[in-house]
Amino acid sequence: MDYISNTPGDIEEMLKVIGVKSIDDLFADIPASVGLNKKTALPAPLTEIEAGDLLTEIAGRNCVLKSFIGAGVYSHYIPAVVDHLASRSEFYTAYTPYQPEVSQGTLTAIFEFQTLICRLTGMDITNASMYDGATSLAEAVFMAVRSGNRNAVIVSDTVHPHYRQVLDTYSRAGGIEVRTLKSKNGAVTAGDIDMLMDDAVSAVVVQNPNFFGCCEDLVEIADAAHSGKAYLITVVTEPMSLGILKSPGEQGADIVCGEGQSFGNPAGFGGPLLGILAAKDSFLRKMPGRLVGKTTDADGTEAYVLTLQTREQHIRRDRATSNICTNQGLCALRSVIYMTLLGNTLRELADLNHRLASYLKRRLVEMGFTPVFERPFFNEFVLSFDDVERVRSALRNDCYQFGVPLGRYYPEHENSLLLCATEMNSPADIDRLVSVIEQTL
Amino acid sequence: MPGWDLPDSDPIPAAYCNTGVDLIDVSEVDVVRHYTNLSRTNFGVDSGMYPLGSCTMKYNPKVNEKYATLGGFADLHPLVDVSSCQGALEVLYDLASYLSAITGMKRFSMMPAAGAHGELTSVMIIQKYFQDIKEDRRIILTPDSAHGTNPASVAICGFEVKEVPSTADGDVDIEALRNMVDGNVAAMMLTSPNTLGLFDRNVHLIADILHENGSLFYCDGANLNAVMGKAMVADMGFDVMHINLHKTFSTPHGGGGPGAGPIGVVERLEKFLPVPVVEKRSDGSYYLDSERPDSIGRVHSFYGNFLVCLKAYIYIRMLGAEGIRGASENAVLNANYLLARLKEVYSLPINRLCMHEFVLSDDGVPNGVTTNDIAKRILDYGFHAPTVYFPLLVHGAIMIEPTETESRDTLDRFVEAMKAIRLEAQSDPDMVKRAPHTTAVKRVDAVSAARKPVLKWVP
Repeated sequence: MDYISNTPGDIEEMLKVIGVKSIDDLFADIPASVGLNKKTALPAPLTEIEAGDLLTEIAGRNCVLKSFIGAGVYSHYIPAVVDHLASRSEFYTAYTPYQPEVSQGTLTAIFEFQTLICRLTGMDITNASMYDGATSLAEAVFMAVRSGNRNAVIVSDTVHPHYRQVLDTYSRAGGIEVRTLKSKNGAVTAGDIDMLMDDAVSAVVVQNPNFFGCCEDLVEIADAAHSGKAYLITVVTEPMSLGILKSPGEQGADIVCGEGQSFGNPAGFGGPLLGILAAKDSFLRKMPGRLVGKTTDADGTEAYVLTLQTREQHIRRDRATSNICTNQGLCALRSVIYMTLLGNTLRELADLNHRLASYLKRRLVEMGFTPVFERPFFNEFVLSFDDVERVRSALRNDCYQFGVPLGRYYPEHENSLLLCATEMNSPADIDRLVSVIEQTL
Repeated sequence: MPGWDLPDSDPIPAAYCNTGVDLIDVSEVDVVRHYTNLSRTNFGVDSGMYPLGSCTMKYNPKVNEKYATLGGFADLHPLVDVSSCQGALEVLYDLASYLSAITGMKRFSMMPAAGAHGELTSVMIIQKYFQDIKEDRRIILTPDSAHGTNPASVAICGFEVKEVPSTADGDVDIEALRNMVDGNVAAMMLTSPNTLGLFDRNVHLIADILHENGSLFYCDGANLNAVMGKAMVADMGFDVMHINLHKTFSTPHGGGGPGAGPIGVVERLEKFLPVPVVEKRSDGSYYLDSERPDSIGRVHSFYGNFLVCLKAYIYIRMLGAEGIRGASENAVLNANYLLARLKEVYSLPINRLCMHEFVLSDDGVPNGVTTNDIAKRILDYGFHAPTVYFPLLVHGAIMIEPTETESRDTLDRFVEAMKAIRLEAQSDPDMVKRAPHTTAVKRVDAVSAARKPVLKWVP
């Protein structure tokens, strides 16, 4: 299957119009030393039926059942409406909306996305989205460094380890100093920020709820950051939490970045995701990425358009605010449809997540698991157990994915698991999990 | 909301909790109607020909969309145990090997989430390479025809950008290049074929000049759709490259993403690739290798845009080697056919056979009708506009890339529309300058939007 409609007759006539004899004549500029038409070693082509069989077989070798894993990607129910609308090919087969007269659908949806993300995060401005949570943190740090003209950032070790690794990669390349803030008992202490603070620090980065699932005391942390004349960057990896928790903006954050996958996007083995970057008004000219603004057309009708493009790479080139070109348009569309569909019932759904996680934690503690941190949590928490690997491998045989072993990232928490419950884990699912564990002990 | 009977939850202090959220309550049917009506104001590849140069807006096969939604792929959590994601790792591993087969590059990483992300990752690799051999080089060269992302990616890593001029017939100016290359030059980035849609006839000479100087040669692979199965990027002398799966390998652009920007490297740069790297054991099982001490580090939350990679994997499996070559041959054929027919009516600054795209100019269009006016007017004829005012070195550039999936009939209709606009510029220029006339909104005022930014809805 090659999706080409030129027939041999067409090709012959077209070559005649061009004035060459063969297709290879069109490639005459490629020097002989490069070599033309070498064999490409690829598997034989498949029909659609064969491809379907192959992919069904490959997909069958992935295990997707009964997950109690969060850690940056969350399993939430995706209403049928989201898939249905996002499958409209007027949306998904379009490019970046460079011609606003034929892109009002994409532009309006992004404008709505910007509006709703501002409301949930308590920020003034939001861009049209970034690649994922980790790169949006890196961009947030670069934005803070550019705005503050100071070259260091303080980053809590309770920020998602992968996000910190990506930030390290970007910071090494861009010459930014990262100072790691050690947490105590699963959360940041304002006094420890003061110890690392000096006039080289442009921002303090914390995550809420943090990687351990714990709620941080953002108000205290914001005070510590601001008294050092640094910005507070708050990372949010589980936006569902904003249904019941105070927004970062309300608690003093200057920049909010993180992951929007929870809203209407599948886990997809970790991609595509939806990077969120929102900030206070003062960052407007420093903001990376696309921004959609409201305007009018020649008749005075309301219309939307990409705006403030003089910040961007295609105009400013090496002096741009970022090299980012695209956003994650379709993921942002899915999230705005999701947020519109849920409306204010987001609060009830968030509360349900919290209650299910509380129930899961209680049942496991009753069986002998030990809570590692005594902090308020949203839908994730950390438990330890003497023989965690034995339980996990027994559960794996029953096709359970039982938490993320924390020892991978924090050697001092070798026997601990980061566990998560969402509305996809019903009380009956949790009871079944508990009885399977009981049988293995 | 399910009516589950649950005990009280662990309390969260009131100081941490909100008293409500401020979203908008709309009925389901109104949500469906709103976004359905919005979609009708959008133009996609499925709506009509989309000759947006440099963007390769080819048809997005529906079979790819169908199988990317299988639960075994879409619902797979990235942190499951490695035994539970063997299928996904196989897709990433095999796709990397297919891209190696097509380009000749030794090893690919699927981590970068977009072309610009692939460029940035590659520049980090270039930086790491020179740190590794303990040479301090501060300059990266780009031609004056480069995409804006090239200099922007270079600047993030603290390199200085210097522009190499092009000759009148669109190749890199070799004498100017020789004068710029010295011990401070880390690399040169070149789009191949270049952004004028031309294959640089001196590509080997450029590679030799750089390599003799100890510099690396980077290929911006945005235009790979011209040479798949015809010529290998590694054979052109490049050391590192990125590919846009959303251009060359048919994955949809999504209204501006998600794309995917895998990078490929020659053997001596392999150890610097971002972590994790998907590896295969002799027993046929796959694993993620993060223990690579020379790696630049991690560049994505997890493993890149997996579901996008999956669609590209399906595309390559369905086309095979002959289909891949046929795609490039027909892309180049279609472009040259349009070029041959349109150069009778529009100015062609560089009169050469093109590769998969070509650049016209608005020189000679009468009555002050500009490239922008032509782009707006073509919308009234049911086509998307070409890329305009890029590359920067052509005045009033109109960059046209038809792709291989357009039929000859469609190409002929596009030619007739472009000819008609040229006549309208003569007979009714004011009408052309006010275009478009048939779209959901009329010409949009971008200047006011930037002067007084309104970036969210305020009641």
